[in-house]
Amino acid sequence: MEKIFKNMSLFSASIVLIILIGIFVTLFISSKQAMEEFGLSFVANPAWQTEVALNPKEAKNVVVDEYSLFPDEEPTKTIYGGLVPIVGTILSTLIALAFALPIAMGIAVFLAEIAPKNISHVVGIAIELLAAIPSIIFGMWGLFYFAPIIQKIVGGYQVSLLTAGLVLGIMILPFMAAITRDSMKTTPDILKESAYALGATKFEVIKDVIFPYSKVGIIGSIILALGRALGETMAVAFLIGSVFELPKAINSPTISIPVALANNFGEATGLGASSLFYLAFLLFLISFIVISIAKFYFLKKVKK
Amino acid sequence: MKKVLLFTALALSTTFATAADIKGSGASFPYSVYQSWIKAYHSATQTQVDYVKKGSSSGIKDIKARAVDFAGSDAPLNPNQLEKAKLYQFPAVVGAVVISYNLPNAKDLKVSREALAQIALGNVKYWDNELIKKTNPGVNLPHEKLTFVHRADGSGTTFNFTYYLSKISKDWRKNFGAKKSLNWPGDHHIGGKTNTGVAALVKQTPYSIGYIDYADAKNNDLHMAVVENKEGKYIKPELKAFQAAAAKADLDPKKDFFSVIADPAGENAYPIVAATFILLPKEKAQTNKEVTAFYNYSFKNSAKLATELGFVPLPDSLTDKIRKYWSEKGVM
Repeated sequence: MEKIFKNMSLFSASIVLIILIGIFVTLFISSKQAMEEFGLSFVANPAWQTEVALNPKEAKNVVVDEYSLFPDEEPTKTIYGGLVPIVGTILSTLIALAFALPIAMGIAVFLAEIAPKNISHVVGIAIELLAAIPSIIFGMWGLFYFAPIIQKIVGGYQVSLLTAGLVLGIMILPFMAAITRDSMKTTPDILKESAYALGATKFEVIKDVIFPYSKVGIIGSIILALGRALGETMAVAFLIGSVFELPKAINSPTISIPVALANNFGEATGLGASSLFYLAFLLFLISFIVISIAKFYFLKKVKK
Repeated sequence: MKKVLLFTALALSTTFATAADIKGSGASFPYSVYQSWIKAYHSATQTQVDYVKKGSSSGIKDIKARAVDFAGSDAPLNPNQLEKAKLYQFPAVVGAVVISYNLPNAKDLKVSREALAQIALGNVKYWDNELIKKTNPGVNLPHEKLTFVHRADGSGTTFNFTYYLSKISKDWRKNFGAKKSLNWPGDHHIGGKTNTGVAALVKQTPYSIGYIDYADAKNNDLHMAVVENKEGKYIKPELKAFQAAAAKADLDPKKDFFSVIADPAGENAYPIVAATFILLPKEKAQTNKEVTAFYNYSFKNSAKLATELGFVPLPDSLTDKIRKYWSEKGVM
């Protein structure tokens, strides 16, 4: 019995690892064609799906299809580059984080320490419900109601990096607030009471006792929110503008990796599909690196 | 009310899977027509047809993998491609792409071929550009930045629109060609997801202009531009102009109807029209007969349903050719 139980739990634990490796290998194999074609310069190339003329040697080998729509057209090849969606993903995530972090901390402090119990209960439930709203609803609400307001305030386009980032911020807010609140609540009462007994004010207790004590939980909540923001697709697809162009300002449209994948995957073939897999592979790496840094560097630092 | 409708349309865009007698998937452009034809056919024959809109390329992938009984595609496959994938092909209905715009107090804006190409190329930056002014004397065109709205997701609508652009502009053809998705030029354009997304963006962005299918433009009360056709005439986007265009369409059964019909000749023809196609797997004789029976019934009895939705039923001369093609291939 003991042995079966041990083996079963070992099996469950290893499934995660196997799936992770499986995804990595699949992405790598599918993106191989694009990797060989473009190499690492893919990451720095801002042109997505651009036609360039073939060099004479390549052009010789092209067989012209008798049914070509434009028979007199010179043969071209298509170049793909990933810089725009990579920059878009990172910037929209940063905007979301910059917006959500202070608000989430404020909510958590309010719920854990300041609010009377019944109010804390109601607001707490509201926060958890916010987390349960599907992202498509955030996308539609953002497009029809939030985007026009943003445009009125800051100008520029309705769908932009800023609109997408702010809605993304609202979406990750409940995760950060709820986890932070829960970890703040684990601060032992005896610590807080000792601080009060020494004459500390409420602000000082929050700043010097509760925050240091719950640091691990707060960083954990940021990591979780970051993971969600990096990969969010549906809401961002409606709000970011979906153009393969580096944003000139915070209120101009651009695109993120998940949106590029969702928009183009259905109609992509050959090198185009492989380039999308390359993008997916890069997103995988970005998320992996960001979360690893947070996990190993910050958490270790805090635990010391 | 309109917004509520948009909401539900978005929410329902993934259809429920039901136990169907015939299963199809693909192009979203003709989805509303197929849906009403399916309803009519079901109440007449009790046969359940299921069509999922996924986009033309997904439909082609599905039918190549034999995951469905038929597929819809807005971009036709050429006879070589059909031969390789062992497929039959025939057109089902004709629709139109319109140029919708958001410009207060400007009804029936006239857009020349040159202007349209330059707008798509990103060279027309302001509304008071000479190219637009020239064809619209008396219309108050402000010095406001023009925003071009296009589809962000890959789509047959984009394929047909860019095919048309390739026809009217050498510049466009050289640099972009006809594609289902592309990296649009210029620095004052935004992408909307699906036709619903494009409609919402045009509606909410003052001084914008974009291409969208006729049905969605009509349902959203968008202004639609009057477009110059091959003969230099300015044609209002309306059913009889689409019909005039469809009548000129050259669809040859010997080439499995392979042809893109945009920019047809004819004085009264609206230029940006598109036929949408059905693909059948050659070896599935029995289900093919069921699919053609459905389309045969719809050609004969449900033409009016298509007209109501802003689509053009195929002219009789063409449906006769299609029936002949079916019986030659033994799928009728």
